[in-house]
Formats: sequence, structure tokens, C-alpha cells
Amino acid sequence: MSEVRFGQAINRALADAMAADENIVIFGEDVAAPGGPFGVTRGLLDRFGAERVRDTPISEAAIVGAAVGAAMSGLKPIVEIMFMDFVTLSMDALVNQAAKARFMFGGQYALPMVVRLPHGGGINAGPQHSQCLEAWLTHVPGLKVACPATVSDAYALTRAAIADPDPVILVENKSLYAVKGALPEPLPSVAIGTADIARPGRDATIVTYGAMRGMALAAADMLAKDGVETEVIDLRSLQPWDESAVLASLARTHRLVIAHEAVEAFGVGAEIAARMADVGFDELDGPIVRVGAPFMPVPFAKELEARYRPDAARIVEGVRRTLA
Amino acid sequence: MTAANSSSPLDLLRTMTLIREAELRLAQLFADGEVPGFIHLSVGQEGVAAGVCAALSSTDTLASNHRGHGHALAKGLDLERFFLEIMGKAEGMCQGRGGSMHVADAAVGMLGANGIVGAGLPIAVGSALAHQVRKSGAIATVFFGDGALAEGVMHESFNLASIWRLPVLFVCENNGWSEFSPTSKQLAADPCALALSHRIAARSVDGNDVLAVHEMALVLVDEIREGGGPRFLECRTTRVRGHFEGDPQKYREAADAARSEDDPIGRLERRLTADGVPAPDIEAATREAKRRVDAAVRRARSGTAPAFDAALRDVYAPSEAAP
Ligand SMILES: Cc1ncc(C[n+]2csc(CCOP(=O)(O)OP(=O)(O)O)c2C)c(N)n1
Ligand SMILES: [Mg+2]
Repeated sequence: MSEVRFGQAINRALADAMAADENIVIFGEDVAAPGGPFGVTRGLLDRFGAERVRDTPISEAAIVGAAVGAAMSGLKPIVEIMFMDFVTLSMDALVNQAAKARFMFGGQYALPMVVRLPHGGGINAGPQHSQCLEAWLTHVPGLKVACPATVSDAYALTRAAIADPDPVILVENKSLYAVKGALPEPLPSVAIGTADIARPGRDATIVTYGAMRGMALAAADMLAKDGVETEVIDLRSLQPWDESAVLASLARTHRLVIAHEAVEAFGVGAEIAARMADVGFDELDGPIVRVGAPFMPVPFAKELEARYRPDAARIVEGVRRTLA
Repeated sequence: MTAANSSSPLDLLRTMTLIREAELRLAQLFADGEVPGFIHLSVGQEGVAAGVCAALSSTDTLASNHRGHGHALAKGLDLERFFLEIMGKAEGMCQGRGGSMHVADAAVGMLGANGIVGAGLPIAVGSALAHQVRKSGAIATVFFGDGALAEGVMHESFNLASIWRLPVLFVCENNGWSEFSPTSKQLAADPCALALSHRIAARSVDGNDVLAVHEMALVLVDEIREGGGPRFLECRTTRVRGHFEGDPQKYREAADAARSEDDPIGRLERRLTADGVPAPDIEAATREAKRRVDAAVRRARSGTAPAFDAALRDVYAPSEAAP
């Protein structure tokens, strides 16, 4: 067991995977010599060489498009789009090419590729460097989407994404990169599509993922002071997502709150709410409450962004609403 | 390498006539309602597909576009499974999920036709990256139209290929039209100048002269294999039919398209005759192509409808393949 930062755990996962499989290559903007805009790929160039670890020009369409062609031709590319906001420029390669290649070519091609997308606010980066756009990608059949919240899961999900035969989007919350946590030995492994019970409880369930796991746990602490025991489910994986784990938790608590940093409307929470309103209808003793960002772009100023991002207090409010 | 790889003019004729007969049959099947959706034919452009693909080996990879029947067949795609696919049958190479705009065959390095203009360029660049990293000795090729030169990803792809000296051949089929608009109204630049500005050596050939296309492709493929980095080949050619089958073509004169003296098949046949090739050998190419197409269509008609559940299961790899 060692204490490492979230970003270092991803780095370790990348390095361990590359050491085990020479078909893995990494490319993206400033990922090689500079070590990545957030330092996540630091040291990989020195260790694995310039053939396998490459800086690209600022070409988001070609980065992901080339990953598609590389994956179809024997490599396992891992690419980084510096901020998730810039994935707008890669959408054809992701949505029309990567997501559909297996299906549309009748299973002739596997696309073992990983696209790393740092998302999220909290660093006053403004409307074009802070968004959580994961719901766009979970909506596309053929893509998988994972979003780790802990150091251990950062390692495990990165390894799982790389080992997966399908295109996997790794959504990494920027505010987590510097957070320290335990990286267990032997090194952890997690299957994509399995949730984690971050905290057990009997009175209400909070379903969350990514950086909001921390907020949800803080909310659960606050509620516990009033004797309300909240179960926190960290989805870890958004497509596929662990419907049975959420349903099982709902069957224990009968109250459901879904919290994410992304805009509330039409988000990941909407899908979970819709499914639970259907398959979990008989379990529900209160309204399903969503806690997400308001329907506005991410604002820049400290006061504005602080109010924009969902926090523990708002999750507490949500839990109280469904308990009322 | 060049001499060993070069195809005989009769081989090129056979490939072109196969593409022509296959596409004319597709046109008929489409008109008769046996081919669903919509199809883009490359009638008049067969010299490009045949000339370029004859310079490639089966381990070389190929990305194509919406007008990709010729590219696929020239790369060696199985003719029966080609018709099965375009007629929407389970036995098609894509199990009836792709159709005309998505024919692909992993066995011959065919990375797929593509319904998105310009999308094949970065895919070929990535495929070339794989060849470079894996030192496979193979190269990647991509066919695209003049219209794709207006897509932003063209620049990104040229730039990346050039910076990394990737083994990729960019082939622009300039047929003078993007859908219903002439290239002159769509593209400010000269195609070769676009490549040259990215430090990619560029050549332009008469795409309706299959021998010229083939000769030039052999040279460029050789240069690429020797580590010279990417190359660009513009093939000036003619889109004889509409943008898609059923296109009423109100936007142009029929004569603009169908100048028969430009037809790449007729040109090669006249050339072979002048060179003393016996007429029966020349005529055999079309006859044999018709026979193969007849047989393939017969087979395709007996294909079965794809099962919905099988399609639904194939969105992701089977879970036992996952760790
Ligand atoms: C991204 C995108 N935009 C528009 C279209 C519609 N479209 C299909 S083919 C075509 C024209 C392409 O012209 P060109 O690349 O010259 O190929 P050609 O049809 O002449 O062979 C257009 C606009 C498309 N399929 N994809
Ligand atoms: Mg054109």
C-alpha cells in the first residue's frame, strides 16, 4: 500500500500497461516531452521512447481519428484530449467512426483504444475549460465511459480501459489529479460496469461518480449527525453502468438522490432516474431527486463558479427533500 | 520491387471491368428495389481504383469514402460478400449492417468505405502510424474526393502525416464535383499545392489513364516504403453518373459527364488493340466480369435477412473477450 496522487495512479497504470504490451502507444498534445498538461504522462517518453510516446500538433480531430486507424491496424492507442471541452473537435472520430466500427463492419474490427478526457470545474477555468460533457458520450452506442473517483479506481479503471477490446473514454476530474490516496498492493483491478458502495446506509441512497463522490461522502457525514444514514454508490463506470447495484441499494433505502457535477438537465442522472422510476418503481418511497449544475455555462468568477458547482450542502438538501 | 509489383495492362483491364460491371448491376438492382438506401457509383473513375490498388499489397491498408465500391473491389474484397452486403444480407461482409457506404474487409486490409466526407484521412494516418510503430513494412492509402479537401481534418491529417513521416499515400480523386456543386466553387486551392504546403511531395495524373495512374502509384508507393514519408496523388477523373443513383442532375449538362473518349476502360482497350493484343483477350475481360457478377448476384439473392438480435449483441465485443 502506498500513498500516491490520483494523477500518479493513472501514470502508473499507463506505465504498467505499456511495459506489458508493446502495441500500446500514447499520443496527444504535450503528453510526451512536457509530460502532459496535468503531468499525468510524465516520464513515459523517457521510459518507452519517442516511437511509442508522442506529442501531436493541436489536432483533436486527427488525434482521435488516427487512434481509430491505429486501433484497426494492430495498435492499442491511448490518446489524451487536453480538456474535455475540446472533444467537440473529435466528435466525428468518436461518434461516427470509433463507436460504430465493430458494429458497422460486422464484427471484423475491434477498436481497443482509450481516450482520456479531463473534465470538471473548480479551477476557475471558465466556460470552455470546465465542462462535464460525459452524457454526450454515454448516449452513443459503441462507446464505454468510465470516471474514477479514487486513487485505487484511477489505477484499476485505467488498466481496465486499456485492456478492453472496445473504445473506452476515461473521464478524469481535474480537481482530483492532486488528491492523495492509497494505492493498494497487490494492485487493484475493477471491471468496467461495476459500482462501488462508498459508504453503506439504510435511509437514502446517493448515486454519484467522479469528484462528486467526495461531496456525497461529506453530505453523508453531515446527515449522519442528524441520524440519517445515507448509502453512497460511486458508479465508477457510466456506460455501461451498474443498474443492479443501484437497484439493490434503492431496495435497501427506498430513497434516491443522484448527484453529478454535470448540468442536471438531460444528464447521466436523467437516465438513472428514468430507469429507477421504471424497474425500481415499487421500491420508491419518495421522489427521485437530482443534484447537478444549473442550466448555464460554467462561469469564471470565483463567486459564480462556487455557486454553480453542486456541493455537499446541496446534496444534503436533496436527500432531505426525498425524505420529507 | 516496382517491376515485381506492377500489374499487366490486362490485369488492370480486368479490375476496371469488374468494377464497371458490378456497379452497372448495382444500378439496375437499385432501380429494381433490390438494393435499399442510396448508392454512389464510380463509373468513369475505375482507372484510379484499379491503378492505385494494383500498386499495393494485401497487407497494405486502405481507407475509402462514400464512393468506395471500386476501391474495395480493386483491393480484393470478395465479390459475393460485397453484393450480399449491399443487398442487406446476413452473409454480407458487414452482416448487412453497413451497406454500400461501409464495405470493409479486414482480410485484405480494407478499413472501410465511409459515409463521412474526409473521415478516412485521419484513419489512414493512424493506420500508417501502426505500420510505422510495428515496422510492418506496409503502407496505408486513402481515397477521397476533391470535396474532402475542404474539410478541416484534411489539414490535420496532412500535417500529422508529414511531421511524423508516416507511410501513407493520399489519393485525391478529383472528379470536378462535390455533390451538386463544381469544385471551382468549392475549393480555392490547387489540390497539389495543399499537399506541398505541408511538405508532402505531390503529383497529378490523368486519372482516366489507368496506366499512368498505375505507373505513378508504383513510384509513390516505392518512395513511401523506402521511408520517404507521405505522398499525395491527384487523379483527375470524371464522374459519369449522378452524385447518387437517381440524381436528376439538373445542375449540369449530361455532356459534361459522358465524354466517351475519356472512359478509362475504352481508352485502355484502344491502347491494347493498338499494341497488338488480340481482340478476344480484350473482350474476355468484360465477359468474365459479367459472368462473375451474375454469379455473385445469384448468390446474393439467396442470402438471408440479418437477425436483429445478432446485431444488438455486436455493439460491443463479447464480454468473455474483456478481462
Ligand atoms: C461530413 C460530411 N458532409 C457532407 C456529406 C454529404 N456528402 C456526401 S458526398 C458529398 C460530396 C463529396 O464530394 P467529393 O469528396 O468530391 O466526392 P465525390 O462525391 O465527388 O466522389 C457530400 C457533400 C457527408 N457525407 N459528410
Ligand atoms: Mg468530387
